Amino acid sequence: MIFGRVRGVAISTIKYPDMAGCRLLVVQPLNSKLEPVGGLQVAVDVVEAGEGDLCVMARSREAALALPDVKFVPVDLALVGLVDELQVRPDGDFDFTLKVGTARYS
Amino acid sequence: MIIGKVTGTVVTTLSHAAFKHRRLLVVQPLTLPGEKPSGDFIALDSTQAGVGDTVLVNREGNGARQVLANPDAPVTSVIVGIVDSLSIPELD
Repeated sequence: MIFGRVRGVAISTIKYPDMAGCRLLVVQPLNSKLEPVGGLQVAVDVVEAGEGDLCVMARSREAALALPDVKFVPVDLALVGLVDELQVRPDGDFDFTLKVGTARYS
Repeated sequence: MIIGKVTGTVVTTLSHAAFKHRRLLVVQPLTLPGEKPSGDFIALDSTQAGVGDTVLVNREGNGARQVLANPDAPVTSVIVGIVDSLSIPELD
């Protein structure tokens, strides 16, 4: 799952029948430092997010499972949570490299 | 599954029902020496992991749903273990 920032709303009148009633939002995927990753995408909203909100998004098949009713819809990105608080340690705090030999972590 | 380090916590009050009473953590995958870390993501915690822990992460939806015992959970990555030590004889 990744972060996303809501940038706008997408409106579609003719779409796959089971997607009727789904709110489509234009989102910018972000990494944990809230820097943009790739281009804008369209996600289905299940948490009533608004423009500018920071959200947690689920990708692939699991996005369709987030919808309340029909689980077989052609959806591959869904907003599944609204972020209230985010705490991320700065880059230098941890060593992210795999080491040769035995490394103890606890 | 991949090995990653927990670098942060996410608090969501308004979220899908499958996320209730579960913690969301930011995970950075471990990389080989010389590579730049990238591609951090959010994972649901099932092991009481905390910031700084080295964790085992399942990044596959079906496995995640089994861990949560919820066939409709919109979850793609779940922390399934805390790594105590790693032994790698040689890296290519």
